[in-house]
Amino acid sequence: MKKLAKKISALLLAVVMIVACFAACGKNNSNATLKIGGIGPITGPAAVYGQAVKNAAELAVKEINAAGGINGMQVEFSWQDDEHDAEKAVTAYNTLKDWGMQILMGTVTSAPCTAVVASTKEDNMFQLTPSGSAVESIAADNAFRVCFSDPNQGIASAKYIGTNNLAKKVGVIYNSSDVYSTGIYNKFKAEAENQPFEIVAAEAFTDTTKTNFTTQLNKIKAAGAELLFLPIYYQEAALILTQANSMGFKPIFFGCDGLDGLLAVDNFDKALAEGVILLTPFAADATDEKTVKFVADYKAAYNNEVPNQFAADAYDAIYTIKAAAEKANINSNMSVSDICDAMKTAMTQITVTGLTGTITWTADGEASKDPKTVKIVDGAYKAM
Amino acid sequence: MSFISYLISGISLGSIYAIIALGYTMVYGIAKMLNFAHGDIIMVGGYAVFTIGITCGMNKWIAMLVGVVVCTVLGIVIEKVAYKPLRGASSLAVLITAIGVSYLLQNLALLIFGSNPKSFTSVVSVPMIKLANGELTITGETIVTIIVCIIIMVVLTLFINKTKAGRAMLAVSEDKGAAQLMGVNVNGTIALTFAIGSALAAVAGILLCSAYPQIIPTTGAMPGIKAFTAAVFGGIGSIPGALIGGIILGVIESLGQAYISSQLADAIVFSVLIIVLLVKPTGIFGKKINEKV
Repeated sequence: MKKLAKKISALLLAVVMIVACFAACGKNNSNATLKIGGIGPITGPAAVYGQAVKNAAELAVKEINAAGGINGMQVEFSWQDDEHDAEKAVTAYNTLKDWGMQILMGTVTSAPCTAVVASTKEDNMFQLTPSGSAVESIAADNAFRVCFSDPNQGIASAKYIGTNNLAKKVGVIYNSSDVYSTGIYNKFKAEAENQPFEIVAAEAFTDTTKTNFTTQLNKIKAAGAELLFLPIYYQEAALILTQANSMGFKPIFFGCDGLDGLLAVDNFDKALAEGVILLTPFAADATDEKTVKFVADYKAAYNNEVPNQFAADAYDAIYTIKAAAEKANINSNMSVSDICDAMKTAMTQITVTGLTGTITWTADGEASKDPKTVKIVDGAYKAM
Repeated sequence: MSFISYLISGISLGSIYAIIALGYTMVYGIAKMLNFAHGDIIMVGGYAVFTIGITCGMNKWIAMLVGVVVCTVLGIVIEKVAYKPLRGASSLAVLITAIGVSYLLQNLALLIFGSNPKSFTSVVSVPMIKLANGELTITGETIVTIIVCIIIMVVLTLFINKTKAGRAMLAVSEDKGAAQLMGVNVNGTIALTFAIGSALAAVAGILLCSAYPQIIPTTGAMPGIKAFTAAVFGGIGSIPGALIGGIILGVIESLGQAYISSQLADAIVFSVLIIVLLVKPTGIFGKKINEKV
């Protein structure tokens, strides 16, 4: 019996090997491939962003491959987790380089992105971050981004509040240990001087004091703020909304793209988010054809989850790479450095109409597009 | 008026630190080890109550009971699997293991519940008190937390001084070897300590998540470290020390945020800790060794 089992397993093994060989041969004979790597947190505190980017990027790659690839090349996409940690991001980058990455789509979060940019510059590897919004995240000329930079969001927010006369007295709560939050706040403060409102209280918290906001809220309430600007991430914002509500403080809440995700917090009382205004490049309930299709495809592929703006940025990022690679006429025989040089030039010449708006790029890597404002009405985003 | 509201906010935060610190100080006092996984047991308690009470929609009392039982069992299991084999090893090895357990729990929670925060529905149904024409509000959570904190402290003190198991704990804390020679079951006593400590962690988790209604896999980490600071501040090993240390820490944090700088809250808290330890290295209540439990 044992012998027979051995024979059968040997036979099976042989069959598998032969099939594998054919499979491999088949691959070699088909068109060349373009290897795009992705880096971002899919575990750890920022996992929700990385997961969205990974999902949307894989969706875009699948679509592109089904439609014939980029310049006839099929796209291979490989993802590495960085746990929102700068050192791990650099390790992830090296892993992807060993895999043969030719273009980097990443990283997702600002601080790791800033670390990886130093390496990509050294290797002259083309890098496009969907969502690394800190100024330093694209410090080198080989790096571009799809999202707004932090300063832009700060300026746009101040202008919006001023132009629409939302309030005369504004309070701010920001995370002083986070580069994203302080970046927005500093520009907001600078721009506020040109606007017809006054910042009456600016309170900070840090990553280690982010459970209790009652002291900050009490101070802002005492200062008479009519609007509370929250250039922070939604996790803390959800707590702030709850705590403000329980102390009977009801200003207008205004935030940036970090607030996106607020409605996805499990068991969060959506009524508390009613009327919250946020600047975001993407609203999943928009009715344009592109968004509707993307949301439907994303939901179908990923467990009925509604994509957030990170997903939209990533989807646009992959299509931007496609557009630039076609413009630059990239082929798989080119070296990483040649690809980068060609892509750099092409990036400033293309215009991409994506989910997050019509985007053009400057040579310093900044995307130029119009910010959109959405308001939370009846538990959903409404474009304003 | 605003001073009083900052003070209340500080006491509310501080009494949660105090309950966590009670668990820390108990385990340290008896097993002579810093259980850095204590903060993460809080998080497990929070998730257990969330799953039973909110996801499954069971009665909140059942949910809380399950939460406490889950944490108690978890505490005993962790002690049996991770700490007991190291009883003879250096305290550094145990410390590192504790940190390892802490990360293990955090990452398991991440795997099971994901990184997206979950909003906790408060289990407290005590209404808030409004004073001075509604300018001052004391939330029900604050009131319940303070009361629970005091009850736990009193019961724990009585338990340790009046019962046989409690006195066995005192004996083990004084001298493990001698206690064993006198017929005290050292392993059993330490397991009991972990069980009680973890049950306290579950209570702290429920109150923490009720007062600051959100839960993520790292929910317990920072309050855990702050509570450890509070325990050291009050004199580690001392039960009243944990209570006083916790409340003082919370009040300093809140007043520091309000009057000095909201950015420097932690710097202020930890500078006070350093000063206290320089002046009185054993912490506020640390000197009375016979109170060590």
